[in-house]
Amino acid sequence: MCSVSKASLTVVTAMSLLTNVALAQDKTEKLSGELIIFSDMSNPAPRATMEGMTKRFGEMHPDLEIKLTVIDREAYKTQIRNFLSANPPDVANWYAANRMKPYVEAGLFEDVSDLWEGQISEELGSTKAAMTLDGKQWGVPYTYYQWGVYYRKDVYEELGLLEPGTFAELKSNCQAILDSGRKCFTIGSKFLWTAGGWFDYINMRTNGYDFHAALTGGEIPWTDDRVKATFANWRELIDMGAYVDNHQSYSWQESLPFIVKGEATAILIGNFGVAPMREGGLDDSKLDFYQFPKIAEDVALAEDAPTDTFHIPSGAKNKEAARAFLRFVVSAENQTLINNGKNLGQLPVNANSSVDDDKFLKEGFVMLSANSSGGVAQFFDRDTPAEMASVAMEGLQEFMVLPDNLDDILARLEQARQRIYK
Amino acid sequence: MTPTAMPTTEYKKLRSLNKRNEIAITPWLFLAPGVLFFLFYVIFPIFQSFDVSLYQWDGLGEARYVGLANYQELVNDRAFEISLWNNLKWLVLYLLAIPAGLFIALFLNQTVTGIRLYKSLFFFPFVISQIVVGLVFSWFYDPTFGLLNVMLGWVGLGPINVLGDPQTVTYGIIAAGLWPQTAYCMILYLTGLNAVDPEQIEAGRLDGAKGARMLWYIILPQLKPATFIAFVVTIIGALRSFDLISIMTNGGPFGSSRVLSFYMFEKALSEYGFRMGYGAAIAVVLFLIMLVFIAYFLWSMFQEERGR
Amino acid sequence: MFPTPVENTSPAWRLTYQSLLPLALLMWLAPLLAVALFSVKPEAEFVSGGYWDLPSYFAGFENYGRVFFESDMPRYMLNSVLITVPTVVGCVILSTMTGFALGIYRFRANIWIFFMFVAGNFVPFQILMVPVRDITLDMGLYNTKTGLVLFHIAFQTGFCTLFMRNFIRALPFELIEAARVEGIAEWRIFWYIVLPLMKPAIAAMSVLIFTFIWNDYFWAVVLTQGAESQPVTAGITSFNAQYRAAYHLMSAGSIVAALPPVAMFFMMQRHFIAGLTLGAVK
Repeated sequence: MCSVSKASLTVVTAMSLLTNVALAQDKTEKLSGELIIFSDMSNPAPRATMEGMTKRFGEMHPDLEIKLTVIDREAYKTQIRNFLSANPPDVANWYAANRMKPYVEAGLFEDVSDLWEGQISEELGSTKAAMTLDGKQWGVPYTYYQWGVYYRKDVYEELGLLEPGTFAELKSNCQAILDSGRKCFTIGSKFLWTAGGWFDYINMRTNGYDFHAALTGGEIPWTDDRVKATFANWRELIDMGAYVDNHQSYSWQESLPFIVKGEATAILIGNFGVAPMREGGLDDSKLDFYQFPKIAEDVALAEDAPTDTFHIPSGAKNKEAARAFLRFVVSAENQTLINNGKNLGQLPVNANSSVDDDKFLKEGFVMLSANSSGGVAQFFDRDTPAEMASVAMEGLQEFMVLPDNLDDILARLEQARQRIYK
Repeated sequence: MTPTAMPTTEYKKLRSLNKRNEIAITPWLFLAPGVLFFLFYVIFPIFQSFDVSLYQWDGLGEARYVGLANYQELVNDRAFEISLWNNLKWLVLYLLAIPAGLFIALFLNQTVTGIRLYKSLFFFPFVISQIVVGLVFSWFYDPTFGLLNVMLGWVGLGPINVLGDPQTVTYGIIAAGLWPQTAYCMILYLTGLNAVDPEQIEAGRLDGAKGARMLWYIILPQLKPATFIAFVVTIIGALRSFDLISIMTNGGPFGSSRVLSFYMFEKALSEYGFRMGYGAAIAVVLFLIMLVFIAYFLWSMFQEERGR
Repeated sequence: MFPTPVENTSPAWRLTYQSLLPLALLMWLAPLLAVALFSVKPEAEFVSGGYWDLPSYFAGFENYGRVFFESDMPRYMLNSVLITVPTVVGCVILSTMTGFALGIYRFRANIWIFFMFVAGNFVPFQILMVPVRDITLDMGLYNTKTGLVLFHIAFQTGFCTLFMRNFIRALPFELIEAARVEGIAEWRIFWYIVLPLMKPAIAAMSVLIFTFIWNDYFWAVVLTQGAESQPVTAGITSFNAQYRAAYHLMSAGSIVAALPPVAMFFMMQRHFIAGLTLGAVK
C-alpha cells in the first residue's frame, strides 16, 4: 500500500489537470459577498492549515470576503448548537456519523447531496457512508486519521522491548518500563474523550467491533458481563500503575511533556498528536507507532479512524460560495496539501490524493486499509449520542481514577442509557 | 425664572397646584426608562424561566408541556445532588472571607509609612477577573510544577493534586474564590474601622478591655454595617460561582466540582444539552435558594428604612 | 484606633510588624507573582521543566510581543472596551435618573420600586439566562456587542440605582426644597443642583461598573462567540486553547487581560473604594 503514494503521483498530476479545470470553473462563477467560516481547528498546526487554506481559496475568488473565526476545539463542541441556530456561519467544522445526527435531525445542516454527485462520490467513496443519513449527504470530510500507540522507540530499544503483538506482551513490556522507573502511558483526561479512546480499543479488542457498535448504539446494557470484561482488562493496566498520575488534571496537550521528557513511554492518541510531539523534539528515531495489540484471540482487529468534516448550516447566507469552498476542500490537490506532514499530518479523504511520505501516515494508511478487518469506528464520542457520550466518558474518567467505583459507574451509565435511547 | 412681580394668592395657589402635579409626575418620568429596561431584561425573564421549566424544549422546535417532569427528574439526578451539596459547601465556606477579611483589615489598620500601598496591593486580587484568578490558581495547584506543591515540598509534604481529587476539588476552587472575596471584605472592614468611634475605644481601655474582648464588645458592634454588606456580597458571590469552576475544572473530575449555576449552563447550552426546560428547572431551584437570602436582605433594609 | 497603633507598642513588636508586612504581602500575592515570573520566562525553560528557575534571560518582550502581534488578543481587548464603556455610560444615565426619582420624591410605590431594583440585582444569572438569550436572539442582537451592552445596562441598573439613591438620600434635602420655593422646574433641579453634587458618586460607580463589566465572563459566553464580539475574558480561554501548555504565553495573555481594570483601580483608587464601601460605614 506504500506504493499508493508512488503510483498516485502520476494520478495526481493527471488529476490536478482536472481540478484545475474545476477551479477555472469556480472562477467563472464569480463568487462575491461574504463567506463566514467557523472552525474548530484551534491547535497550532491545524490552525495554520486552515488559515492557509482559506487564503488560497480567497486568492481564487478575489471578490469574496472570507471571514474565518477559529474557536477553541473544546469550546466549539458546546457552542456549535448555539451558533447553528442563532448565528449560522456559511461553513462550519464538525464530525461525521452519529455526531452530526442531532443537527441533521434538527434541520440545522444543509443537504449537500448535490455536491456528492458524480466524480466526487467516487473520489470520496470511502467516507460517503459516514456522511450519509437518511440517504442524503450532509457535509464533506476533509481529513481522517488513525489512532494507535505512539511510543518512545529509543526507550524501548534501551530496555530491549519489542512492539507488543498481544495484550500479555503489552503488559509485560509495561512491567519492564515501570521497573525502569517510568510510566507506560501518558494520558490527559481532563476533557474526557482521551479515556474514550482507551475504552474503544479495549472494548473492540475484548468484544469485537460489532459488540462495540451495538453498545455505542444503545442496544446493550452497560451492566452486561461482556462490558465488565472490558473494564477488567482495563483495570489490569490501571492497577499496574501504567498511567501517569493526575491525568484527570491535564488536557492531552499538557500530557505530552511526559512522553517528550521520557517520563512516560507511550500514548494512545490520534495521529494529530504527532505534530506537537515532533515539535517537542521527538524525531522519527525516537518516536514510533504500533497498532493496539490483540486482546481476545478470536476477535478481528478493528480501529478508530475519526473523520473530521465541513458542513453548510441550513441558515447560511452565502450557500453558493460555501458549496464552492467545500468542493475546494475535498479536491485531490488540496487534500494532498492540507494533510501532508507540514500541515495536518493526517490522511487525505480523496482517493486521488497522495498520502504524504511520512512514517506515521504511511503506517496508519496501511493499518486502516489492510489490517482492520474487524471494522472502522469513528470514535467513542462520535458513535454514541452526545448526551450519552458525555455521561459515559465522565464515568470512564472516574473509573481510571477510582476503579473501585465501577459498579456504581455502570449502574449510572445504564440508567442514562435507558433514558437517552428511549 | 423667579417672577419679578408679587404673585397674587390665586396665582400662588395655581402655581403650587401645578408644582404639586409636577412633583407627582416627575419621578415617574425619571423612572420610566430605567424601570422599563429593568422589567424587560431582569424581572420578566425570571417569570419566563419559571414557565420554561415546565416544558421540554431544545431551544429550537416546539416546546412540549411536561408539567413538573423536569423537577421529578432532578430528584433522581445524581449530578444535581452533587451540585446541590457543593453549593452548600460554597455557601458555608465562602463566609470564611468575612473573618479572614476582618483579620487582614485589623492587621493593616496602622499608620506606618507605605501602608496605603500595602492596602491597595492586598486589595488587588479583587480587581482581577475571576477568569484570571482561576487560571492563576489552577497553575498554583498544578500537580507537576504548581507553587503549592513546591511549597509543600519545603516542609516535606505532598505532592497533592487538589483539582484532580474529587474529595478536594471543590475546596480548592473555594480557596481560589476566597482570595478575591477576602480582599473585598478586607476593604469593607478597613473603611469601617476608620469610622470606629475613638472615644468608645478610650472608654473601653479605661475599663480594662483589651485585645479580643475589646474587639468583640466594642469594635465589632460598630462594624455591623460593614459585616452586613460583607455578608450580602459574600452570599451572592458564593451562589454565583460560575467562572472559577468553568475555568479551573470545567466541573470535573467526573463532575465532582459542579455547582447548580454551572450545571444549569451545562444542561442548557452545551453540545449535548439544549435542554432548556431542564436547565430552567435547575435555575429555579438556585433562584429559590437565593430568594431566602434576598428576602432576608430586603427585610433588613426595610427595618432600616423604617428606622430612619 | 483599633488595634493599638504600632507606634505606641513595644519596639520589638514594631520591628516584627514592619518585617511581617512585606512578608505577608509576598505570600498574599504569591500566585500572581508566579504568573508574572512565568510571563517573562523563555519557552525553552518550560520544555526542560525548569519552571521555577530564575529566567535565564528576560523573555518578556518576545512573550508579550506574541500576545499583541500574533494573536487575537488586541481584538478581544478592543471588544472589551467597546462593551464596557457604553455600558458604563448607559448605567450612569439611567441610574442617576432612577436614583434621583427614588431619592428625592416620596410616593407610595417608591420603596417597592426600590426593592425591585435591589432584589433584581441579587438574582442568580442563571434564572435569566434562557429568556435573555431568547430575547437577544429575537432582536437579532445575538453575538453582537450591542446585545451584550443592552443587557449589562439593564442588569447593572439595579445595583446603580441602589447606589445612587442612597447617595442622593444623604444629600441635604433643604437644597431641593429651597429650589422648589424658588419655583425651579423639577428637571432643572435634577440637572443643575443634584447632578453636580453627584459627581463623586458617578465617578465611584463608573469605576466599579467598569471593573464588573470588564470581568464579566458568564454573559460573554452566553450572548457572544468568536473574536468579532467576545470580550477578553472569553477571549482568554480560546487564546489559552491555542497555546495550551505554553505557559509563558498564557501567563502573558492573562496579565494583559487583567491589566485595564487594575490600571483603572490604581488610577481611581479613592473613588473605587468609596464606591465599594458605600453603606459599610454609618
